[in-house]
Amino acid sequence: MPATTKTNFQLISNGILNENPIFRLALSMCPAVGISTTVMNGIMLGIAVLFVQVFSSCTISAIKNYIHPRIRIPTYTLTIATWVTVIDLVLAAYMPAAYKEMGIFVKLIVAFAIITMRLEIFACKNTVSASFWDGIGMGLGFMFGMVALGFVRELLGMGTILGYDVLGFRPLLFFVLPAAGFFCVGIMMAMFNYMELVYNRKKKAKRT
Amino acid sequence: MSISRRNALFSIILIAIGTWLFAGCASEHRFIKKTAFQKAHMIVIEFAGPVDEAWALDAYNYAVCEKPDPDIRLKIQDIALSNDRRTVTLTFVDALNQNQPHRVTIRSIASEGKSLGDAIVSVKKVYLGYLFSILIGAMIINNFVFTKYLGLCVFFGTSQRKSTAVGMGITFTIVMVVSAMMSWFLYQFVLQPYRLDFLQIVVFIGLVSLSVQAVDTILRKVNPMLFKAFGVYLVLVIANCIIIAVPLILADNEYNAFESLMLALGAGLGFLVALFLMSSVRERLELANVPPTYRGLPIAFVVAGLFALAFLGFSGMSIF
Repeated sequence: MPATTKTNFQLISNGILNENPIFRLALSMCPAVGISTTVMNGIMLGIAVLFVQVFSSCTISAIKNYIHPRIRIPTYTLTIATWVTVIDLVLAAYMPAAYKEMGIFVKLIVAFAIITMRLEIFACKNTVSASFWDGIGMGLGFMFGMVALGFVRELLGMGTILGYDVLGFRPLLFFVLPAAGFFCVGIMMAMFNYMELVYNRKKKAKRT
Repeated sequence: MSISRRNALFSIILIAIGTWLFAGCASEHRFIKKTAFQKAHMIVIEFAGPVDEAWALDAYNYAVCEKPDPDIRLKIQDIALSNDRRTVTLTFVDALNQNQPHRVTIRSIASEGKSLGDAIVSVKKVYLGYLFSILIGAMIINNFVFTKYLGLCVFFGTSQRKSTAVGMGITFTIVMVVSAMMSWFLYQFVLQPYRLDFLQIVVFIGLVSLSVQAVDTILRKVNPMLFKAFGVYLVLVIANCIIIAVPLILADNEYNAFESLMLALGAGLGFLVALFLMSSVRERLELANVPPTYRGLPIAFVVAGLFALAFLGFSGMSIF
């Protein structure tokens, strides 16, 4: 892939819609199933991933000319690990409650396929500013997916949004159960597929 | 002949390392030889030499709590000293929850007029059954895929065929055990003594990639047939969160060598079990009439959800 010609806005919207990490690329599913029980969790982990993605993208694109191609993957891994350590220590120091809620998942950002993939196919071929916007787009896309899942599960499971009582009753307690994460992701993916199907059908109808 | 001799030598070295590690980690203070639970209410502490009676019978000198909640101090009802003054038996008001490790803080041990300093020791159930319960716990009760939701990318990627699933599971188990043992060793003997805990993420991920590379090279030389069958999965192992989650869990819980081995083995076998179950269902699903929007990943997620519900039935179960 040659250097991108997309504008900054296109880079961001690409991350949120066309290549949404959770629903379209189906990468980094573990947190999407594991801790998307509330909107707040989604926002917090989204911020952490956004931070790691943006900073490691910028780092790699800044030093891309000095990395030997054969050791590029270990370099990416170590870069990501460094930034994950930073965000891990910061969260543990300043937001202990939220950090405890997310548990081991903050440390596991290091193994998220999405970040390595973006470094491999985007950041190592583009300028720092383009990588910055691409990182923001991917991070926001991830956050969008997590918040959407958290919204559905919190609303249906506990009848609250961000801790505020909205419905006044608990419609389906089942959605708070950890196992419901799988169902939620599955159904949401099916919804995305359905929208795509309808969209393509309309386009075909227009053409004929 | 030469192969069997090499194998024997190798296993002897392994056993020697194992016993050395185990002996080195059994007690945390040089004056305390052994700690153990006894019956439902008691903890026995065995000292290396005789201790002073007045000191030993003072309840003020002992503070006992469960490791997860250090704030709740357990009430001591009675203290007994054996005739040779080497064994102290603490009796508690309430029955102890022996599935949790306990921490005993002993204030300035007095032995023959000398003070030997404070000691913090942990009391654990140590017998084969306990190790077995860790293995089964990691494998089924706290299955990493269905109850902790880790390693899903690889799980959904390689569960389409039964043969792929088994190959991936076995490769993963091998790499898991190797890298978990290495990172446990590094954490206990390098990171912790030098207070480098904050480097654990960097070190563990580096170790995992190194051990994947090592298994790749060794397997290629030692058993090319096996390499042909399992080599493709080695790259995928690194993208699996479980392989980095297990060393982090080991570091948090301060397991000893055998417990770490059991947890790593359990995590690997649990992944194998999950992959096998899932691939059996997905092979059947190919014949089923699935609505077009659900084809592929979405239906796989719904199936995994049903499995997770089933595995929820195991939760809270305790063995022994």
